[in-house]
Amino acid sequence: MVEVTDVVCSLCGCVCDDIVVEVEDNKVTKVKRGACSVGKSKLMGHNRIKSPAIRVNGELKDCSYDEAIKKAAEILAASRRPLLYGWSSTVCEADKVGVELAEELGAVIDNTASVCHGPSVLAIQDVGLPSCTLGEVKNRADVIIYWGANPAEAHANHMKRYSYVSKGFWTEEGKKAKKLVVVDVRATKTSKMADVFLQIEQGKDYLVFSALRAILYGHADVVPDEVGGVSKKDLLETAEMMKGAKFGATFFGMGVTHTGARQNNIVNAIQMTRAAHTHTKFTITPMRGHYNVAGINQVCTWETGFPFAVDLTRGYAWYNPGELSATDLLIRQECDAALIIASDPGAHFPGESIKHLAKIPVIQIDPFPNPTTEFADVVFPAAVSGVEAEGNVYRMDNIPIRLRKLIDSEYPEDEAILKRILDEVRAIKEKEGN
Amino acid sequence: MFVCTRYKWIKMGTKVNLISGRTTVQGRNLDSKLSEEYFDEVARCDLNKADLEKLGVAADESVKVNTSYGEVIVKAKEDGGTPEGIAFMPMGPWANAVVSGDTHGAGMPVYKGIDAEIEKTGEKVLHVKELMQTYMG
Repeated sequence: MVEVTDVVCSLCGCVCDDIVVEVEDNKVTKVKRGACSVGKSKLMGHNRIKSPAIRVNGELKDCSYDEAIKKAAEILAASRRPLLYGWSSTVCEADKVGVELAEELGAVIDNTASVCHGPSVLAIQDVGLPSCTLGEVKNRADVIIYWGANPAEAHANHMKRYSYVSKGFWTEEGKKAKKLVVVDVRATKTSKMADVFLQIEQGKDYLVFSALRAILYGHADVVPDEVGGVSKKDLLETAEMMKGAKFGATFFGMGVTHTGARQNNIVNAIQMTRAAHTHTKFTITPMRGHYNVAGINQVCTWETGFPFAVDLTRGYAWYNPGELSATDLLIRQECDAALIIASDPGAHFPGESIKHLAKIPVIQIDPFPNPTTEFADVVFPAAVSGVEAEGNVYRMDNIPIRLRKLIDSEYPEDEAILKRILDEVRAIKEKEGN
Repeated sequence: MFVCTRYKWIKMGTKVNLISGRTTVQGRNLDSKLSEEYFDEVARCDLNKADLEKLGVAADESVKVNTSYGEVIVKAKEDGGTPEGIAFMPMGPWANAVVSGDTHGAGMPVYKGIDAEIEKTGEKVLHVKELMQTYMG
């Protein structure tokens, strides 16, 4: 038995890097400390896709990697409008090959940001983001706001490692010397811990951000007695708490990005943070979901100039998320083939868009069977990044961290599979004289 | 009573505002979505006690969730934290069968804030493989 320390978790955007596991006979046998229940589940493993497979007469038939590579390359090379989607539960090295494949094919490349923090990206492009690292939050922040986020369930170590419950250089007393504000439609495990819980009416985030902005700028007189289900008294109390912070940190989740005003909610959240700057230091950070969704946004931006929903059909990068997101492309029934990697649109896309995805040839690269596998036509099992493969990922605050390899895998890494598909696509094109 | 919506005629049930989101057990099964634990956790709809009484539904009985975008059968659960008039479904294939794919020019579907109608039903909750079958054909 070997004890491995400083293991990095490849589940959510917290990318915890202080995990201790035990490894025996090339298996992770125990997660000793550091991981939350969700991360522990990832490290301990699940049922795997056992073999590459190709769908024949409606059934997936096992085949060799060589056969699956050939079939996948044929589908992609023959496609007039391929969609390459996912990229968030793998490492940046694989993402880089993905962009190269998209360029070679003249494809649309999109990632899971388009169904989680895509609106946040649009807002940040619009007005910037006064943010900081999670290390700064840990060491400095004494007022924490979670808005439309439930970290106690979705990012279970976030409060313990970085925010409300953590102890840092200037926050050595931990939560005793901190204030927690939670804004949500539902009472949640997170809201139960809060000093102030603002239970807002669904979809009224924009109004409540505006009211707090007005109060922080000294215009409390224009705020009515109730805004979005929150009393003026509670809004005034929250604003006073924000003003009194030595260092405030707002974290926002999909409660804000998924509702009506979308990116406009985030623009207003950022402007509320700026209003707080007239009194004290305040920052704002999106609660990114997948462990490397921030990383594919980085890689896609280095390589194409844009973070998601990029069309490379023209021979240069074209960016228009409302037209080119995977959901938009599928609902318009525009793409005629798709490569899905490190994500599961079968589970996480609206039914309306899955209908088209189920009709077209789909290539899936994933360690685990999931709803997308049910209609995939070519399936590649891959090594689990962070357990069986190493590589670079970006935490939710855009800090790069290298995933560690804990055990050997019988399956190839995502990067290796993609490189082979790319080589085969190039060979087909050369043969056809394109 | 029946009402015409954007895509189809739907039967009137109890009107709610539908939202979807993460839960711990859903997250723990992100890589094992074909498991029973995922099915039990995600194929469900949380409602306030008052809304359950209005529907005449006890916890763990089946309900049909209808929206302009589809319909799906899930188990009802009582959740005191969910306000009256709000229905919460864990993110996953069942919630996504009834959310909107209209991105309003932003690339982002509507996963929260959907007008839905809920009614009691004796129909069975489809397992994930059966649910995915409904998209094929």
